[in-house]
Parts: sequence; C-alpha cells; structure tokens
Amino acid sequence: MTDLPDGIQRREFDGRTRLATRGEPVYGEPTDGEWRCWDAGRSKLGAMLESGMDIDLTGDEGVLYLGAASGTTVSHVADFAGPTYAVEFAPRPMGDLLDVAEARNNLFPLLKDARKPETYSHVVESDLDLLVQDVATRGQASVAVDNARFLADDSQLLLAIKARSEDVTADPETVFDSVCDELTEAYEIIDRQRLEPSHDDHLGVVARKR
Amino acid sequence: MSDQSTDTGWFAGRTADDDHRAAIRTGSADAPADWPTAAVDVGFAADNDDYYATLRETTIEAAREAVTEREGADDQQLLHAVRAMDDATRTANELAERCHEWAATQFDDVDSGIEGARDVATRESTDPVEERIVSLAERIDDLTTEADELRSFIERLAPEVAPNLAEMAGSVLAARLISLAGGLDSLAKKPSGTVQVLGAEDALFAHLAGRGPSPKHGIIYTHPYVNGTRPEDRGSAARALAGKLTIAARIDHYSGDFRPEIHDELDDRMATIRARADDGDGGGNVDGDTEGSQ
Repeated sequence: MTDLPDGIQRREFDGRTRLATRGEPVYGEPTDGEWRCWDAGRSKLGAMLESGMDIDLTGDEGVLYLGAASGTTVSHVADFAGPTYAVEFAPRPMGDLLDVAEARNNLFPLLKDARKPETYSHVVESDLDLLVQDVATRGQASVAVDNARFLADDSQLLLAIKARSEDVTADPETVFDSVCDELTEAYEIIDRQRLEPSHDDHLGVVARKR
Repeated sequence: MSDQSTDTGWFAGRTADDDHRAAIRTGSADAPADWPTAAVDVGFAADNDDYYATLRETTIEAAREAVTEREGADDQQLLHAVRAMDDATRTANELAERCHEWAATQFDDVDSGIEGARDVATRESTDPVEERIVSLAERIDDLTTEADELRSFIERLAPEVAPNLAEMAGSVLAARLISLAGGLDSLAKKPSGTVQVLGAEDALFAHLAGRGPSPKHGIIYTHPYVNGTRPEDRGSAARALAGKLTIAARIDHYSGDFRPEIHDELDDRMATIRARADDGDGGGNVDGDTEGSQ
C-alpha cells in the first residue's frame, strides 16, 4: 500500500474517495476547500498512487519530472513535494505548464529534451529523491537510465511505460518486459502494475536506483 | 574557485541581477551537482530559498522566451521531417536497386533491396570498381539510418505537436496528414470528408470529372482500422476514422490537451462496424457507401 505524505489526502469527491493535493486548480478538477482532486483518469502517477502500488513518499522530496506536458500531474507533485524540476520538450504544452508554474513557488519549468540530460545538468541539482517519468518516446528505459545521474542512491523512480511508443505492433507485455529488463542497468524494480482501465497499454513501474 | 563543479552551474560568473535566460537555455554540464549550495558558496544567492526564488523566476522567463520563439513552428518541423523521411526512404530504395544491379557483376550472392546493400557495404573491396560499389552501398546504409532517425524524431515530436491526432493515427500518419494539409491549422479547418480522401487527390479529381468512382480513403488507408477492416466495410471505417481524426486535429490545434474520451468513442464505433462481418450482412452499402477503389 502506498504511504501518503501529509500533502496528499484521500477525500470524498462526487461520492467517491479520491486523491487530493492542496494548490491552485489547474485543469478544471473538482475542489473541496483548498484541496483539489487528483484525477487518476488523466494522470498516470495518480493512477499508480490510487491503485496502491509500493510507492514511498514522504513529502518535500526534490523531484525531477520528465514529460511534464501541460502540467496536469506535475502540478500535484509540486503541491506535495519540494523543489520540482519539470522537463518538457514541446513548446505548446509548455505554455500551459508556465501558467501552472506561475501559481507555485517550487516548480521550475525547463523546455528541454529528456533524452539529453547534459542540456539541463547545469540547472537541475544532484541527489534528488524522486524521478517521475512519463515520456511518449521510443527508448523510455534509456531515458530513465540516463537521468539516474540526478538521483541520490536508493532514490525512487516512478515510471509510466507506454507500450505503443516502443512498438505499436508488439504485444504490450513483451514490450514491458524488455523495458523493465533494460531498466535494471541502473535500477532495482520494486513493483509493476498495468494501469488499465484508466490508461490502456501502460505499465506503472516503481524502482529504486542501485 | 576551489570547487570545480561551480564552474559549470548556470549561475557561474553571474550576479543575481543579470539576465540569465540564455544561460538556462543554451548552457550545459556533464554532471549535475549540488547547485543550491554551490550558488550560496560563491555568493550568487544569500541562502537556498533565495537561490530557488531566482531559479524559479529565471526558468519561467527562459521557458517563456523559448516558447515564443518556437511556438507555431512545430507542425512545420513535423511536415519537413516526414517529407525528408519519405525522400530519404525513396532515394535509398532507388540507389539500392542500382547498387544491386552493379554489385551483381562483381560479387557473388548479392541480395536485392536495402538489406542487400547493407551486406555489400560490409565486403572487402579489392579493386577500384568494387571500391565504388562498396562506397555506394555505405551511402545507402547511411541514408537508411537517417530515414530511421527521422522516423524516431517524428514519433517523438508528433505526440507533442498533436497529442490526440498522434494517439489516434499513430505519429507517422499524423505527420503525413499534417504534411498533406500543409499544417495543423489547415488540417483543423478541413471538413471530415476532405480528410478522408487526403492523399487520394488523383482519384478524387478523376471522380469529379466523371471518370471514376469516389475514393473511399486516401492516406488513412494505412491505418489498421481501415486496412484491417473487410473491404465491404472499409468505406464506413474510413468515414468514421476521418470524422474522429478531424475532431482530434481541431482539439490539438485549438486546445492542445489530451482527451481520452474521443479515442474510446472511435474504438466503440469501430467495434460496431466490424461486428457487421460477424452478423453476416452485405457490408458497407447498407448505410449508403459507394463502392470503388482509392
């Protein structure tokens, strides 16, 4: 079961118990006072937390988030965590991410390519506690391995693998096995779980840097 | 400076009041370090909080500047990339034919195609003629590699330029549709019937001139939902797919966020269309499709 830090709570929304964090609303999610619902249908990390994967969060982590997109998920991460570096490659979603960053004081947006960590190593600090990765590119494992340089030893990797980004035609389970296999170069896999029904052909992976 | 790593942080040699945008955007370092501590040590920031406040302001400014520069150009990059990929693939195939024909005069067991050329590229050349053949084969190998690189670039860029279109069509087909329309904005403004036959202009104009049936599908034929559906139902499948692709392109152009529900709707509709084959009915004409080829 996932241990939730103080910054994440389970609260009632529309009669269902869902995850929530405290911060400025971002994507029209339901709110309850200062708490805003973390929609697991729109956030793979939300789905991983909701399904009770073996994730260990304490709050105030230093975070590197790869594939921040419009900031839907990273906004929740910045709500509960410490310094949060958000890397996104495409300018269009970055426009939305900037609005999210403006409303938070611990979120640092970087318009960079996650496959080239040397282009942001001069900004992102070392010994971070958490790497969150949700990039839709081929070679998702090598991105995670390359970016392990930012993590302290024993720090966590929370990864959403998209089978279709690696090979549209292959069986997703085969893709997941080969990605996980490649991850072991830098990580020890703690837990893996399919993210159906909210995210088809995605695998959530919790790993620890070796 | 005693600590080597402070030389490579983005704040190296700067004071807090400088304009740091270029340092964030173009700098690099081999490895990360404890930048907040280093910045305090060199007197760039008073303490960690001060450092993070400056970093926040700077990264937001740098990203905003970069977005302004690159925004709107991205669908054009995708368009050029997919055209370059097609040119590279076509040229590699043409050269491979030439190489095969030539190589067969000098070497034994030469296979045709790209694989054949790749094999020739690994051979030892013993005279000036063979040297030229092997060299040509090496260029073909390089060109094929470049086409593969372009494809992975497209696969990475398309979901970010047009997330819904790329999810629904696949990155390469999404890029081709954008290329055929001339850009994401013009694709978003096209009616679904036009998107359905993009890439089948010859057949369409022949039809309009009264010389043939109306095309059922253009480039979207490459989508498994069309080519994997039995011929009688392909018109319906192409029409349903084109309708949702048009909606996806509009969401991507005007809003840019990802909407899972439109993908589910398409999957449902396709399941209905494909179920006709199991019901054993006559297929597409039941809902007014005209038969004909692309």
